[in-house]
Amino acid sequence: MPVSNHARVPPAPPALEVRDIAKRYAGKTAVRGISLRIEAGEIVGLLGPNGAGKTTTINMILGLLAPDAGQVMIAGLDLARQRAAALAQVNFQASYAPLPGNLTVRQNLLFFGRLYALPDVVRRVDELLESFKLTALARTRCGLLSSGEQARVALAKTLLNRPRLLLLDEPTSSLDPATADDLRRMIRDMATGNGCAVLWTSHNMLEVEQVCDHVLLLAQGRVLLQGNPRRLAAEHGDASLEALFIRIAREPLAGGEGA
Amino acid sequence: MNPRRVSAIVLRQIDLMRSSPTRVVPLVAWVAIDIVLWGYITRYLGSLSAHGPDFTLTLLGAVLLWDFFGRIMQGVTTAFFEDVWSRSFLNLFASPISVSEYVAGLVATSILTSLISLLVMLLLARFAFGLSLLAFGLPAAGFLAVLFLFGIALGIFASAVVLRLGPASEWLVWPIPALLSPFAAVFYPLHVLPQWMQAVAHVLPPAYVFEGLRALAAGRGVEPGTLLLAALLALLQIALALGFFVRVFRGAIRSGLLARYSAESVA
Repeated sequence: MPVSNHARVPPAPPALEVRDIAKRYAGKTAVRGISLRIEAGEIVGLLGPNGAGKTTTINMILGLLAPDAGQVMIAGLDLARQRAAALAQVNFQASYAPLPGNLTVRQNLLFFGRLYALPDVVRRVDELLESFKLTALARTRCGLLSSGEQARVALAKTLLNRPRLLLLDEPTSSLDPATADDLRRMIRDMATGNGCAVLWTSHNMLEVEQVCDHVLLLAQGRVLLQGNPRRLAAEHGDASLEALFIRIAREPLAGGEGA
Repeated sequence: MNPRRVSAIVLRQIDLMRSSPTRVVPLVAWVAIDIVLWGYITRYLGSLSAHGPDFTLTLLGAVLLWDFFGRIMQGVTTAFFEDVWSRSFLNLFASPISVSEYVAGLVATSILTSLISLLVMLLLARFAFGLSLLAFGLPAAGFLAVLFLFGIALGIFASAVVLRLGPASEWLVWPIPALLSPFAAVFYPLHVLPQWMQAVAHVLPPAYVFEGLRALAAGRGVEPGTLLLAALLALLQIALALGFFVRVFRGAIRSGLLARYSAESVA
């Protein structure tokens, strides 16, 4: 009796699986037992007031901060044991992590392309310069670019290694509405077109409703709520996601599932 | 170790020098000034006593070698400071580069930049003051090798200190060669130093180099065993410095220092 090949193929591991990570540093508990899972092509929003633990969580996923407990698996690779292989599947952008301003756009992309050990880095950089309409700016130093141009270069940098997981920490925070809208569309296209999983932090709730498939609302280092951003507010008796966010931010212990 | 990642650090430095020639000036200017200044001092001292010691070897030669060591060390630290100044640590260490690949990139960058300085010094010393590295004979290779290794060790150590204490501690790094020079006995024999300074000198590989240089100028040979000891000492110091850097880096990952690395003052 013939056996289907499909039966033998193990399911692809999730792009990101975070299991119960915790971190205490600088005298306070920043993250206390966060778990999350993102599949290929999914965009997950990580929301929460300032100090909720979003950036700490992202830093732990990037290996920039060692968790006190828990595990980070990227595309089935354990970050703690297979750091280089795991990080080769990831890229990230954050407004607080600018690209070196004294290198030109092209030099920056070549530099990071080499860090990801891309086999044909020049061709890949040329592709990205073209697709992000950056060819005319290729010889301009990044420090001289406008915020919108810098965001485009940073996004081009995040795609150098064709990542399976993209971490975006408030990517539109310094952009005008039109540029932010362009950037959101680009990221949405990347997720649907390339199957790239995205973890996105933002304080813009309209943006989150528009872009994300799923959201986690953090407060005081814990996941308080999670669900579909377009239904979550109604499920918790709030008029909008923003109203729910404000309520959680003001009374985190009263509002969450984990309370 | 992936050579593409190591080369990224070196090629980044080349890009920086190409796009900003002012970065090349310090590689050339200070060593050129030193050679010209000490070249004339040497010439003047030589004119005072026709039958005195060979100042060209013992003074100008010492300056050339000491500046080479300084350039090696600063080659490592300056490449490291590029990441401090441009706040690149997050993007850099969120990539797959390992600490050993990063440090190898800093060392390779230092080789490139210090070779530029060495070439300028050799040309100036040869054509302006008649000092050729060939005058040292075969020991020249040993002298350069020992100073290279020690410069690398000190560069890695200094970078680790700045990683640990924050960007504002950069000022601690620049005076290190000047602080070591009295102990390294660059311009005078080791025996003129007090005992405690001699004890310090014995763990400094350059002290063996400069003793060898003076022995050469006095017509005595350089003991290969002494240079070998100095090279082994420097290799041990590289291993210790690398261990220290890795330890500081891991500590920075645990404590959150790497993620928060910004314009902080000395802690």
